[in-house]
Amino acid sequence: MSDLHNDLKFTKTHEWLKVGNDITIGITDHAQQLLGDMVYVELPEVGAIISAGDELGVVESVKAASDFYAPISGVVIAVNQLVNDDPALVNTDPYGRGWLVQIKAADLSEIEHLLDAQQYQTEIAEDH
Amino acid sequence: MIAKTTLHANHLTLGAKMVDFHGWEMPLHYGSQVNEHQYVRHKAGMFDVSHMTVVDVLGAGGRQFLRKLLTNDVDQLKHTGRALYTCMCNEHGGIIDDLIVYQRASDNYRLVLNSATRSHDLAWIRKKVSGFSAGLQEQNDLAMLAIQGPEALSKTLSILNPAQADAISTLTAFECVDVDGWFFARTGYTGEDGLEIILPQDSIATLWNSLLEVGVKPCGLAARDTLRLEAGMLLYGQDMDESTTPLESGLAWTVKWEPEDRDFIGMGALLSQKQMGLTRKMVGLTLEDKGIMRSGQRVVVAGQPDGIITSGTYSPTLGYSIALARVPVATGEQVMVDIRGKLLPAKVGKLRFVKNGEAV
Repeated sequence: MSDLHNDLKFTKTHEWLKVGNDITIGITDHAQQLLGDMVYVELPEVGAIISAGDELGVVESVKAASDFYAPISGVVIAVNQLVNDDPALVNTDPYGRGWLVQIKAADLSEIEHLLDAQQYQTEIAEDH
Repeated sequence: MIAKTTLHANHLTLGAKMVDFHGWEMPLHYGSQVNEHQYVRHKAGMFDVSHMTVVDVLGAGGRQFLRKLLTNDVDQLKHTGRALYTCMCNEHGGIIDDLIVYQRASDNYRLVLNSATRSHDLAWIRKKVSGFSAGLQEQNDLAMLAIQGPEALSKTLSILNPAQADAISTLTAFECVDVDGWFFARTGYTGEDGLEIILPQDSIATLWNSLLEVGVKPCGLAARDTLRLEAGMLLYGQDMDESTTPLESGLAWTVKWEPEDRDFIGMGALLSQKQMGLTRKMVGLTLEDKGIMRSGQRVVVAGQPDGIITSGTYSPTLGYSIALARVPVATGEQVMVDIRGKLLPAKVGKLRFVKNGEAV
């Protein structure tokens, strides 16, 4: 059972978003469990302009490749090089050292459309 | 309705992620397929393979029957306690299944076939045994465990009773022995040393727990697949099926053409194919880029029709993607693979990628 993360926002496509000085994005524990052992990640170019719902990159496990999506619109300002070198971080620490992308938000009000932790738990409970 | 092996509850207790494998609920992994894979390569892992099809061929005419049924020749088994790997083909040379046959006595052969093909295999064998002095005994109430890895033998020996330990300590590769109702074979599907044990269902839980206690790691189907692919071993239904012959599947070595009058089922068709010249061959591919080759992806060969990836994965031992592919015979040393719309270069080589824990 995944831990509740009340400080985060979530999408139905299993991304999480953290609001700080910048916006940090990753995939959820539920997603990494579904995919299994990660072996490659494809991260966007720094400077890329993205809209909410765009494909942001790919996480590839032994089992399958899976696109991950931008929860909100903005500009990519950083990508996690650690994960490039050690994709297993996405499995072992999906909310911490396994973060994927940082963006500068175009419109912070888009965050209101995302799910909170409780809503995301309900979403994934329905999957089972 | 889904079938469960005797160890089903044990898998759940260990936190296995279960999947439906052709009607059997089996463990896919117990947390990390890569860890399980590495453990088999370096130490010892075990696989519940009780879903496999086991059928014994009994009677004086059994040997004659199997010489007809199988592409490989059981006459090559010079004494009891030896086994061989073979295809079983239809009259057109198409592969019905691949299997291992164990000679337990001159009138007692054990066939271990795939689980997914069970009913088709048994129907075929039942049909073809007619006219031979042999009977079939389907073993539906036995369990099967595979213990694989460099430490598989030593770990298993440490928990067996003296009679069992004595009997298996002299087994070499592809040998087998029966001890007090348990069947031991030094065979496997990982490319490592190991044992496959067929035993009464009521004994497997104790065996499983004893092996856990001495540090043998439970491993699931996901690790089983990456291990066998690294070792260049084929998966029926994915790498070959009834539309492919052994000659197009890298399995020509399982076909024994002499003596000609053995005339095993499919021999005529395979001879014709050999004489006409093959159009397709099986090769191993290694990807020279980030990414993973997967079953069904298109292989682009310069000046030739496309080939196809039959099995592909990430190799935990090597750290890059490997695959088996069926391609035109004229294919050279380099191909491109269409991975999700991008053409990436791959090197052509042998079917086996890993031996003794290293790149071949």
